[in-house]
Amino acid sequence: MKIVGLSGSQIGSKTRIAIDATLKVMAEKYPEVETTSIDLADYQMEFSDGRNYLDYTGDTGYVTKTLMEADAIVIGTPIFQASIPAALKNIFDLLPVNAFRDKVVSMLVTAGSAKHYLVVDTQLKPILAYMKAQMVQTFVFIEEVDFHQKEIINHDVLFRLERLAEDTVVLTETFTKIRAEKEAEYDF
Amino acid sequence: MEKYRINPDNGIEFGIYTLGDHLPNPATGERISVQERIHDIIDYAVLAEQAGVDFFSVGESHQEYFATQAHAVVLSAIAQATKKIKIASSSTIISTSDPVRVYENFATLDLISDGRAEIVAGRASRVGLFDLLGYDLHNYEELFEEKFELLRLINDNEIVNWSGEFRAPLRNAQVLPRPVNGSMPIWRAVGGTPASAMKAGYAGVPMFMAHLGGATSQFKRTVDSYREAARAGGHDPAQLPIATAGFFYAAENSQQALKELYPHINEGMKRTNGGGFPKQLFAQGVDPHNIMNIGSPQQIIEKILHQHEVFGHQRYIAQIDFGGMPMDNIKKNLELIGTEILPAIKKYTAKK
Repeated sequence: MKIVGLSGSQIGSKTRIAIDATLKVMAEKYPEVETTSIDLADYQMEFSDGRNYLDYTGDTGYVTKTLMEADAIVIGTPIFQASIPAALKNIFDLLPVNAFRDKVVSMLVTAGSAKHYLVVDTQLKPILAYMKAQMVQTFVFIEEVDFHQKEIINHDVLFRLERLAEDTVVLTETFTKIRAEKEAEYDF
Repeated sequence: MEKYRINPDNGIEFGIYTLGDHLPNPATGERISVQERIHDIIDYAVLAEQAGVDFFSVGESHQEYFATQAHAVVLSAIAQATKKIKIASSSTIISTSDPVRVYENFATLDLISDGRAEIVAGRASRVGLFDLLGYDLHNYEELFEEKFELLRLINDNEIVNWSGEFRAPLRNAQVLPRPVNGSMPIWRAVGGTPASAMKAGYAGVPMFMAHLGGATSQFKRTVDSYREAARAGGHDPAQLPIATAGFFYAAENSQQALKELYPHINEGMKRTNGGGFPKQLFAQGVDPHNIMNIGSPQQIIEKILHQHEVFGHQRYIAQIDFGGMPMDNIKKNLELIGTEILPAIKKYTAKK
């Protein structure tokens, strides 16, 4: 099982810290899971120009292909201007319309305050639904006060990230199993 | 229709197309050599002609897993090896070629084949060829529209005066040789959406509509939009041929057809398109109202006749060889086409 943790911003460190914490739980609890962390801050991404994702080269080609090969993706996003960052939206624009078909996607958010706690439900989930993701419905919302000196200090957040990791793996296993059974029924 | 060398009295034309893909056979994981693949494509055309197929076309794709980048050269070998079958591109990416050179090639092909050549011009779904051939992807639409217009101008006029953005101007330029009848059929490749079909309609250009899968009724909207746009552009839709093109596979029954075809489509699309074909959608391909022509010969006959009733199109073009399909399976399909499918669909659609 391949799981990619995607930190969806070109700036800041909190989202990446939370993503890496989630991937660490997965790696420790589920040895069969192969985790990859992609922080958009580390890559020179091109803007989508509508081509097939296989036609991108360099960092853009690497990021899109790695996401397309994943069984599950944990998306981490900060909130910018009452929405997801442009860098993250660009990832969605780079991928095909059915990119998340047969994939599980779970989400975590880092934000300066709780004022924008509905952004995931009103803006991120509709995009993922359109792209045919199976979503882990419960996401983890993390605030500024939960971090101190580049560490998550709120145990409640750590527990929730642990459950997010578990839910992502369990849901992926479940869908993989159900799909395999269903596909076997077709007998072709 | 005469301008496009089509006589509707003879019934719907049945054609075959290949993208010229060069993929491993998923059953063995083995891929034949590129030389063998090109020879297979030429043989395929010869066998199609023997089965009574009306039309054979070869695609142009400049990327990994394809063998017919020089599709006009492959078509030339097919022209020499055959006598009756119409031959064409499917499609020629006119955006990244010089229309003068394309026309010279296909007019020559028309002369070699004694008037059997046609051009289907498209825009490419994968775009690696823009870098390869030195074009800017940002001009994707403009390049196609300008060059396609020039191609049609050359077809309609032996002496051309033209100027545009992406090519040096032509002043009293004579483009030679001319095809057997002075001009040849040129089609616009359309991806299946009404927006794309309407462009062909406004310009009064025959439409070559490719489709993956889905409800036949859904594509009716595209066909209607095309004819409506043609009318709005001052053209008579009754004089404009329509071709539809998509997956085809015949076997003794639909389950066997699905079984033999599915791995080729699924694995092949993963490699060439970056995503497989879901089984759930593919299973619906055998439904009488689905546009994919997969099933027993009788089921396929009924589907093609139903599609003909819905679209009123002049030509159906089957894609059978995608994804490393072995030649033996292709031959079996050609046999079923020649002995069962063709006689039936001609019988029911011919006016005499």
